[in-house]
Amino acid sequence: MSTHVSAAASPEAGYNFAYLDEQTKRMIRRAILKAIAIPGYQVPFASREMPMPYGWGTGGVQVTASILGRDDVLKVIDQGSDDTTNAVSIRKFFERTASVRTTTHTREATVIQTRHRIPEETLREGQVIVYQVPIPEPLRFLEPRETETRKLHALAEYGLMHVKLYEDIARHGHIATTYAYPVEVAGRYIMDPSPTPKFDNPKMHLMAALQLFGAGREKRIYAIPPYTEVRSLDFEDHPFRIQTFKDPCALCAATGVYLDEVIMDDRGGRMFVCSDSDFCEERRSAGHRGSMLADAPAALTGDSTHA
Amino acid sequence: MSALALGFADQVTNAQQIFGAVMNAFACPGSLQPLPSDLDPPRPLSPELAAIALALADHEAPIWIDARLAAEPAVAEFLRFHTGATIVSRPEEAAFALVADPERSLPVERFALGTAEYPDRSTTLVFAVSDLSEAEGWRLTGPGIPGSRIFLASPWPRGLADIVRANRTLFPRGLDVLLAAPDCVVGLPRTTRLVEEI
Repeated sequence: MSTHVSAAASPEAGYNFAYLDEQTKRMIRRAILKAIAIPGYQVPFASREMPMPYGWGTGGVQVTASILGRDDVLKVIDQGSDDTTNAVSIRKFFERTASVRTTTHTREATVIQTRHRIPEETLREGQVIVYQVPIPEPLRFLEPRETETRKLHALAEYGLMHVKLYEDIARHGHIATTYAYPVEVAGRYIMDPSPTPKFDNPKMHLMAALQLFGAGREKRIYAIPPYTEVRSLDFEDHPFRIQTFKDPCALCAATGVYLDEVIMDDRGGRMFVCSDSDFCEERRSAGHRGSMLADAPAALTGDSTHA
Repeated sequence: MSALALGFADQVTNAQQIFGAVMNAFACPGSLQPLPSDLDPPRPLSPELAAIALALADHEAPIWIDARLAAEPAVAEFLRFHTGATIVSRPEEAAFALVADPERSLPVERFALGTAEYPDRSTTLVFAVSDLSEAEGWRLTGPGIPGSRIFLASPWPRGLADIVRANRTLFPRGLDVLLAAPDCVVGLPRTTRLVEEI
């Protein structure tokens, strides 16, 4: 996919700008402001029914709709990719209801809505990344009662979380949590970074962009301001480590990036390619070639000198 | 009978712009954020205070106004009409407190600080000041600030340093502060610390 910044047509009639009514936006905006003032704390909000099912990003969509201005440029990714169903439909949703410009290029976007990846390219000051969050409470699977988890956060009583990580070590010999890896924000609240691979956790630390998190079904909004300390929980003798990959991306030869496994056939054939589709495309167009990158037929590219 | 002053010319766009400025002000404490206000509210309510109230307050977010604003009935009338918010006399009930006279002392201890379990249920104080500067003044640190940032408001709101200091001991409870001068706004969320005073 190689769409550049695209200007959308006039917005769908009968809807307010960016779908939500103004009162809803104000309520969400107030929650966002408190979330920024208390980094990592989950602010309850009156999540609305959205024209998509829970689990498809209703929280992220409401946050995006509330911050979006007419001049914003929106990028939406689903597992790093701009061209999967969830990303395409949310991008279309905002093209139709807000007629904002959209892009696939991380650099050009002012607002990036993501379902579980942080782009490989370093985000800059002034950008906002909006995470879609399924379960915002990092302690939920350890303590099902909301009244109790509230109290644990109020008292900063996070021993339970360390016990969970310790049990990982006791059972597997290492911390086996690979996604939704808990972090401590600005030295106070323990936060669920949404199910991003733990590979992305270090990017949250002192990130120049503002990070907003929206959980629609669970009705919570939380935030990390720019340049805020984000520490992945660990132990002195079992320090936090991110995933590593043996081989570079098979298409663009990038190393030190998060790779997806692609099954090629039913005989065990597979390849590992960048999960961030925009990053991979830009590298290929800059001339980087991975081991499995094939040339497109001249008939497709229209390049006669290649024939 | 005087006509009621107008609200936003374009409610959707103006409210988003004002919110955007306030969001960036809290995300980057101490930095000046442009705040364009086309409002002409009844004085002594400043166009910036009016814009912040119209963008963020409604029937779910009550407003408290200081003595100088309360002395002019047209102010409460303007706010009530355009926001639908209740103008409360008890500071602890306010989501937003508008202060037109920053040099007069406020009932700081009476504003809502939130609770340990719901620290978000706290008042946001909005001060009107005449000038904001990044060139000299107080040195701030905290989330949203790479290293430290210099900031000064004049007049310096009375008791502001005490509020910021109290935020340190009260955290995660606390008061979030906005300072609005003509065409710009600065945020001091409860995470911001003063490291050096002038």
